[in-house]
Amino acid sequence: MSAAQNLILAPVWDRARMGTHFLSGDHACAEGAIYAGCRFFAGYPITPATEIAERLAERLPEIGGQYIQMEDEIASMAAILGASVAGAKSMTATSGPGFSLMMENLGLGYMEEVPAVVVDVQRGGPSTGLPTSVGQQDMMQARFGPHGDFTSISLSPQSPQEAFDLTVHAFNVAERLRTPVLLMMDEVVGHMHERVVIPPTGEIPLLSRPKPTVPPEEYHTYRPGPDLVPPMALAGDGYSVLFTGLTHDEDGRPVTTYDVQKVLVPRLREKILKNRDVYERVGLYKTEDATTLVVAYGITARSARRAVDLGREKGLPLGLFRPISIWPFPAEKLRSYKNVTRIVVAEINLGQVVLEVRRIAGPYAEVIHVGNAGGNVLSPETILEACMLPPGARP
Amino acid sequence: MHVTSGGEAVTADASAATPPTVNGVARAGPHPYDHLLRSADLPTIWCPGCGIGTAVGALIYGFEQAAIPKEKRVIVGGIGCSSRIIFYAKTDAYHTTHGRTIPFATGLKLSNPSLNVVVFAGDGDLFAIGGNHFIHAARRNMDLLVVCINNFNYGMTGGQGGPTTPAGALSTTTPYGNPEFPFNLPELAATAGATYVARWTTLDVRRLRRTFAEVLGRHGFRFVEVLAPCPVSFGKTNKIGSGVEEMEYYLGLEILKSRVESTEIPRTNIELGKPIIVGTFVDREAETFRDRYARVVAKARGPSS
Repeated sequence: MSAAQNLILAPVWDRARMGTHFLSGDHACAEGAIYAGCRFFAGYPITPATEIAERLAERLPEIGGQYIQMEDEIASMAAILGASVAGAKSMTATSGPGFSLMMENLGLGYMEEVPAVVVDVQRGGPSTGLPTSVGQQDMMQARFGPHGDFTSISLSPQSPQEAFDLTVHAFNVAERLRTPVLLMMDEVVGHMHERVVIPPTGEIPLLSRPKPTVPPEEYHTYRPGPDLVPPMALAGDGYSVLFTGLTHDEDGRPVTTYDVQKVLVPRLREKILKNRDVYERVGLYKTEDATTLVVAYGITARSARRAVDLGREKGLPLGLFRPISIWPFPAEKLRSYKNVTRIVVAEINLGQVVLEVRRIAGPYAEVIHVGNAGGNVLSPETILEACMLPPGARP
Repeated sequence: MHVTSGGEAVTADASAATPPTVNGVARAGPHPYDHLLRSADLPTIWCPGCGIGTAVGALIYGFEQAAIPKEKRVIVGGIGCSSRIIFYAKTDAYHTTHGRTIPFATGLKLSNPSLNVVVFAGDGDLFAIGGNHFIHAARRNMDLLVVCINNFNYGMTGGQGGPTTPAGALSTTTPYGNPEFPFNLPELAATAGATYVARWTTLDVRRLRRTFAEVLGRHGFRFVEVLAPCPVSFGKTNKIGSGVEEMEYYLGLEILKSRVESTEIPRTNIELGKPIIVGTFVDREAETFRDRYARVVAKARGPSS
């Protein structure tokens, strides 16, 4: 490869490593990125996400991609946006403290509509917290982290296999909708090793950002298509594009008025909400006849599944509702369970996703939270106890 | 565009339409760079006497002289007056968050190395909030031209002191005189590893144009500091006067020195009322990040590649 090689045009010598592997969630995520066509990774070491960077530092140069270790997470987030506007599918990976540093540029990504994937392997917080132990405490930051109004798409895997699958999915969604996508892993899924099957290249379809179909003189950087996604010209395509984080009109020109703001910002939100079929995924287990649902995601969903089995052995009508795409929350799918009278939200925090579940289901079901402040996975027994509480009681 | 042997653009692009007024402001006639500007958005927001426009003109001149294909020109701006270049120069243009121009441009350049990427931002953006990125990109010898418009204060927000405000100088946040010492940008860049370092004032129009024409086509981390008048804020607060008077102030203090011609880099620190050293201080060849990463790629691919 010559130094002047364009990442998006570079020949691909060896794509994904097809076959059956024994991989950590972090390494599976790195392989998922490669499978999805990621050719640019910028990052900064942080436990428990470092293994993603390590794997890609080794793998990307093998396949014509670019790895760069930046001076901090702010720079990492900025670099992946820059790489993306020039055409490379790009990713960064971090944990809580680094995720906090990325917020401003993540907001820039939403505003400028730049496809990118950001992985947060969650550990216990706040602050430096529990670097080597599990947490699911960044879920509201994933939803509301950057300032201003926007809608985030966040995915949460429960296993190394799903870390692979959802990383591919995250890239597809980011490209299809021109937006950053967050992969909200947790320390246990990131560090656990399990069987991971990497399918042959082409078996999982890969999506690319919509391209302009008109010549430069007819192109408007931010004129959306019917799906509310504007076609994206790349740096170097000859379109003289203008990207700004200022409130902008369809040409990308800064127009900082109420009239332009009230068109732009609601579109950024509607673009996500009206395209749910692109990203929404839910895992269901024994939900058909359930009157008590456990809502859990990431590693906690695996304890919850066991709790459902234990409850069923006792004759309790339990089911597991696992939001794989957590933000926007799959509200209509949850509401479709009309006979549910109790929902137990299990998560390794002091109450985050439960707030959304209570908003959705509070009017018709008793919503109970079971969690801890980070550092330990919830046991099936703990979740089952919450399911069996007498009405009106709190764990 | 027709360019004379002297390097001065003399005729406008015939295809460029020249409206008699733009946004209600009458124009004297066509501008030679109309086809290289987002002309419908003129006039600029810059204040009367501001030096930024001069540097923008010099940069566009440099692109033309260096014969960089139009579609390969990319400008990355941060937040502040200088970064507004992206709304006027007709290139692929990206506004980033405050201070993050250099890492954004780093990703952009590495993603498509055929692009000619210029970071154009102010002293506050590049050296206060973004200072860490600057030294790291210089250390890596990243293929970027970084242009810093240094007007000694935060102009966009109304004239606050910053990392380049001279010691003792007045600003809205140093009402008793600046208690801090400023960065010395050419020496900082040189020490961090930049392979080309120059400083000019906006009075040195021809030198600035020549500099851009010369360095735009080159590789590695190149840094050009442009001292620009900010008559509305820094000039007024420090009783230097109008834009013209601030230029005359530079003219009286400016001393041309160059490391390329002498043996050691001159001290380029700036003190109120003291001589201002301008010139080309560093001009050397060194392996760039991409040169070295190409070796990583060769190693990763193994002997069979």
